[in-house]
Amino acid sequence: MSTATAEPARPRRARGRDDRSVGGSILLHATLIVASIISIFPIVWLVLTSLKPRDGWLSTELKIFDQPSLDNYVRVLTETGFPTWLLNSVIVAGLTTVIGVFLASTTGYAISRFRFPGYRGVMWMLLVTQMFPVAILIVPLYNLMAGLGLLNQIPGLVIAYMTVAVPFCAWMMKGYFDSIPREIDQAGMIDGLTPFGTFWRVILPLARPSIAVTAFYSFMTAWGEVAYASVFMTGEDTRTLAVGLQQFVGQHWSDWGLLTASAVLIALPAAVVFLLVQRHLVAGLTAGATKS
Amino acid sequence: MATSTGRVTGTARDRAAGADDGARGRGRPRKAGPFRRATSQYWYAWAMVAPVVVVTAVLIGWPLVRGVYLSLTDATEATMGRTIGVNVIPSTYEFVGFGNYVDILTSGVFWEKLTWTVVWTVACVALHYGLGLGLAMMLNRRLRFRSFYRLLLILPWAIPGFVAAFIWRYLYNSDFGVINAMLRAAGLGGVGWLDDPTTAKIAVIAVNVWVGVPFMMVALLGGLQSIPAELYEAAEVDGATPMQRFRHITIPGLRTVSSTVVLLGTIWTFNMFPLIFLITGGGPGSATEILVTYAYREAFTGIRNYSGSAAWGVIILLLLVVMALVYRRALRRQGEVW
Repeated sequence: MSTATAEPARPRRARGRDDRSVGGSILLHATLIVASIISIFPIVWLVLTSLKPRDGWLSTELKIFDQPSLDNYVRVLTETGFPTWLLNSVIVAGLTTVIGVFLASTTGYAISRFRFPGYRGVMWMLLVTQMFPVAILIVPLYNLMAGLGLLNQIPGLVIAYMTVAVPFCAWMMKGYFDSIPREIDQAGMIDGLTPFGTFWRVILPLARPSIAVTAFYSFMTAWGEVAYASVFMTGEDTRTLAVGLQQFVGQHWSDWGLLTASAVLIALPAAVVFLLVQRHLVAGLTAGATKS
Repeated sequence: MATSTGRVTGTARDRAAGADDGARGRGRPRKAGPFRRATSQYWYAWAMVAPVVVVTAVLIGWPLVRGVYLSLTDATEATMGRTIGVNVIPSTYEFVGFGNYVDILTSGVFWEKLTWTVVWTVACVALHYGLGLGLAMMLNRRLRFRSFYRLLLILPWAIPGFVAAFIWRYLYNSDFGVINAMLRAAGLGGVGWLDDPTTAKIAVIAVNVWVGVPFMMVALLGGLQSIPAELYEAAEVDGATPMQRFRHITIPGLRTVSSTVVLLGTIWTFNMFPLIFLITGGGPGSATEILVTYAYREAFTGIRNYSGSAAWGVIILLLLVVMALVYRRALRRQGEVW
């Protein structure tokens, strides 16, 4: 007690940002641990279930490990349409990415660098199209595709995904181009490049991280889309993963063993790539707003 | 060739330099009509925007116009023209004016779905933002294992939406789901999570919160890190309490990021099709059906009611556009420019 009085009368200071009591630290860590558990538990459980034997999911008790086996994975890869669906998904998502990124980057560059008549119109168009509900476009698009004979065709689905991916990607690319100094463009032009040359040979190489993120975003959009795929791709051979997986857990018959195994196979590559690009992803998402 | 490139480069340089400061029209003494001048000034910008504008016009504009037109007719699967083999059956639907809209707006089902959609959107976005901000602020402190926590907390975002929906459907399964297994192990009875309207609604909100919090958290964490530390130090020197620092530094510092993520989050949640479609299928009954899934069901189940579904779509779009306009205006009043 005497120490307290012996202490010279220090001016009372509000508690700083980074000093906290032991109790505060424990509380902080406890909260974060609980949140982390909630966040990863479903994923961990998915992996554990997929490793159970054939009918292991049909258990009403809690079992964490139950004779682990790769039975479900073998069945998914050999006895179901999974490989076909996977191939379809990869083709659709790949095409969407390549075309989407190209269109988005030219547009993003134009709205980032030039103030031209129609600029505000394009900005609004990009924002408004992002909020288009699936419901308003899906019927006319369905009829349009039916008229062109593109139902159950991969190009048809890719075209439909353009409507979702391009506006948002253009928005993200604009945010990134805004962060590249204009002086670089001007230097390129002084050296005799045309505006397209500047874009293609100077700016695009600089924007590589952003292109990676945009590509990833388009890929994920196409990879995980359900509504268009369910309606447009009804043939057994043309299903994408999001449609095909619904077969495993239908109204009358369900096999969660197959479903969990294929979910792991789908999520794993996506998650790895995602974790590599996620820092840029957020920067790209928010840059469009903070910079304009 | 050389001369023409030289000329283009010259104008381009002028434009790029003068793009912002209004130095347009400088250095072009030659008289030309306003259209030609605009064309020569802006052709490259237009050329770059053109592909997207064309794609958007064809793939969104045209279907939109047609969707609006369909919503004013009585088109269903039965009256829509189609081709079966070599037989071409012409369309027989007719123009009915605002009949579909009157039907929808006077039906109880619309207001019921609208109420639930609003509850769903507000609850989800509020929880996303609140939890995301809380976690971001915790992760923004000096802390052991910080990047490890961050990695774990961000994982749900890495899972494709439809996979997340299937995972949770299994967790909620009343016989074999792990949630009920834990409840039973704790001596409580299992709950038929997706069989009762109230628990089903809570269940889908919980899934969407799980899916959406990481995005908010990371975006807000980025915002927090861009607030200069000097501001906090100055406030500490002046004796501001943590609460005051939060209110007067953190909240204003996050405003731009917040306004974007809340707008995006609202639009995404309002249109969140896959989660509801795959987890509950709108059920039990149609208790968890939001406007978007209802309109979809209208168009593609039973006798496909194309016109009714299009009218639902137009109404949903109008709601969102009005919301975005109001939101933008509110931001502008606070000094935001766009």
